Amino acid sequence: MPVRVGIPRALLYYYYFPLWKEFLERLGAEVVVSDRTTKGILTRGVQHCVDEACLPVKLAFGHVQNLVDKGVDFIFLPRMVSVAHREYICPKFLGFPDMVKQNITGLPTVLDTAINQRKKQRDIHQFTRQVGAALGKGPIQSWLAFQRAWETHQKYMGLLEQGLLPEEAMSVLAGKEPKQTADNTDLTVAVIGHPYNIYDPFISMNLINRLRKSGARVLTADNLTEQMVNQGVKRLPKKLFWTLSRRMTGGAFNYHDQGKVDGIIHVAAFACGPDSMTGELIERFIRREGKVPFMNINLDEHTGEAGIVTRLEAFLDMVRWRRTAV
Amino acid sequence: MKVTFPHMGYMYVSLKGMLEYLDIEVVVPPPCSKRTLDLGMKHSPEFACLPLKLNIGNFIEARELGADTIMMAGGCGPCRFGYYAYVENEILKDLNIHYNLVVLEPPEKHIGELLGRIRKITGNRPWIKVIKALRFGYLKARAVDEVEQMSFQIRPRELVRGATDRALQEAVDEIERAKKPEEIPFALNRAREIMEAVPADMSRPVLKVALVGEIYTLLEPFSNVNIERHLGYLGVEVERSMMLSQWINDHLFMGLVKNVPSSERFKKVASPYLCHFVGGHGEETVGAAVWYARQGFDGAIQVLPFTCMPEIVAQSILPKVSGDTGLPVMTLIMDEHSGEAGMITRLEAFIDLLHKRKEQKEVLASW
Repeated sequence: MPVRVGIPRALLYYYYFPLWKEFLERLGAEVVVSDRTTKGILTRGVQHCVDEACLPVKLAFGHVQNLVDKGVDFIFLPRMVSVAHREYICPKFLGFPDMVKQNITGLPTVLDTAINQRKKQRDIHQFTRQVGAALGKGPIQSWLAFQRAWETHQKYMGLLEQGLLPEEAMSVLAGKEPKQTADNTDLTVAVIGHPYNIYDPFISMNLINRLRKSGARVLTADNLTEQMVNQGVKRLPKKLFWTLSRRMTGGAFNYHDQGKVDGIIHVAAFACGPDSMTGELIERFIRREGKVPFMNINLDEHTGEAGIVTRLEAFLDMVRWRRTAV
Repeated sequence: MKVTFPHMGYMYVSLKGMLEYLDIEVVVPPPCSKRTLDLGMKHSPEFACLPLKLNIGNFIEARELGADTIMMAGGCGPCRFGYYAYVENEILKDLNIHYNLVVLEPPEKHIGELLGRIRKITGNRPWIKVIKALRFGYLKARAVDEVEQMSFQIRPRELVRGATDRALQEAVDEIERAKKPEEIPFALNRAREIMEAVPADMSRPVLKVALVGEIYTLLEPFSNVNIERHLGYLGVEVERSMMLSQWINDHLFMGLVKNVPSSERFKKVASPYLCHFVGGHGEETVGAAVWYARQGFDGAIQVLPFTCMPEIVAQSILPKVSGDTGLPVMTLIMDEHSGEAGMITRLEAFIDLLHKRKEQKEVLASW
């Protein structure tokens, strides 16, 4: 029987799941994903995590517990230090495996090998070798597995850039036909936020689908190429050292500067450190020019659905009125 | 050019000394006060950490005194502090307060960038003079740290409440008055004499509590609502895991000065609890708790600003450290609503608990 490796449906799942899945399966493991976010999963996460942590980390705690319940042999929680030159993810990602290990009891083995490409890209091989060794595979086999997985990852990123959302891109990768989105949209709205906030329908109160139902085409920073993102962040006085925030900020500025969108919605999680800085910068830069309507939504575990719906409706009405007026 | 900088405890003594040694005009912002915080809160992002809010307040108040250039440190992540200067500058711009911003941070490409930024402040003064000034600032920081450490020991044993606080301010002023490196030893001697003159009963038994956590809230008494003073009044000898001179030596001089305590001693013992650095001082906080437990301290208090990312990681690991080592640990989170009275109550409860524990231990040991 193959070893069962659990991956939580949280944090960087929305970027790296196809890569990890392919990689681990090629190493002979069976990949188990935690269930879709529910109130129950979030509540369990909140119980085991310090109060001050941000919403996504609390949620990730809940998903890890869900995996513990499923009785997996390993939990795959790579320590995501850095995925780009001279950049980091965020301090909580750096410490996340330790937070989990010190706070959740009855854990199976945690695969917390570090991914640190801050100095050079090649450092990824150390990671593949160590994960391979943990699953009983040699360095060459692990390297080959990762190379093949990387191809899948490239394909996945390509699908995102075509405008698909992570869930849709994953189902396309799995061989399903992409769903035809109805073309009755009259607006384009950019939703800017961390992937684990905007793509999780429970956490984001189904924000993206609500927008679509209200007749808006939704774009996110992940629909842009790396080059376009970097174009966007150029106007900042200093390079941002958080990879995710750089993408978000660059995305927001790119959509703003190109005039491709009718409105921008920034989604921040309560107590998110990078959001408090970059959200402020995005808002100040966009408001100074006053070209594109902007709204900031803060999410926490108490967010009420009705409140979000009201704000979205008001925002879309405003965007539409504005367009008829201009 | 009138240079200003944000406050962080007694850091102004070093920075002012250093800049004045180079004949640069300095505007020290008024000490952090309720007004500073109100100004900062009003204009800062809601979830930014407390130091940023106080920085903004400092800069607005310094502008009222005529400052036109900000000098501050930077960094390259992952802690938010690395981006502070730029966010603060954008906020000030929208308030129509335009400063020249000089951020001293590790260079992106080569050392020339950093030297160029220093030149913006020092102008054409020779490098040797700049280096001398840096050394002067460091020596001042060390002198201030020494009298501060003396105050930690004297305060719980003082006979007249508040005498140590007055003496400490006098001693720091004495060091501040030193204008040349040669004057520091004399100033330090006088400062020591002032501290030793505080009437105290040095044989009084006291509890020993370590303060660990985030550097700004440890160093700036306004941000931690004078925690050191209140602990002293409760009869507790405090040891702070982070002193300014230690930070300067570890981070700016890369450990150039030997034979002084460095944060390395904490990092070594942080594993297996926290096996990777997490930015800021998260790793040091966890390590310091382990280290002080081994030193036989009676307790530790972690101090951090609300939403501080590295310290939240540490905070979620500390209960485990506490359980394994038997060191009682309390976490105090500072934000703009921190009230002095509420904190004193919590400190009293914690210290009562430590007293009881100590009594129990002594009874058991005497059997």
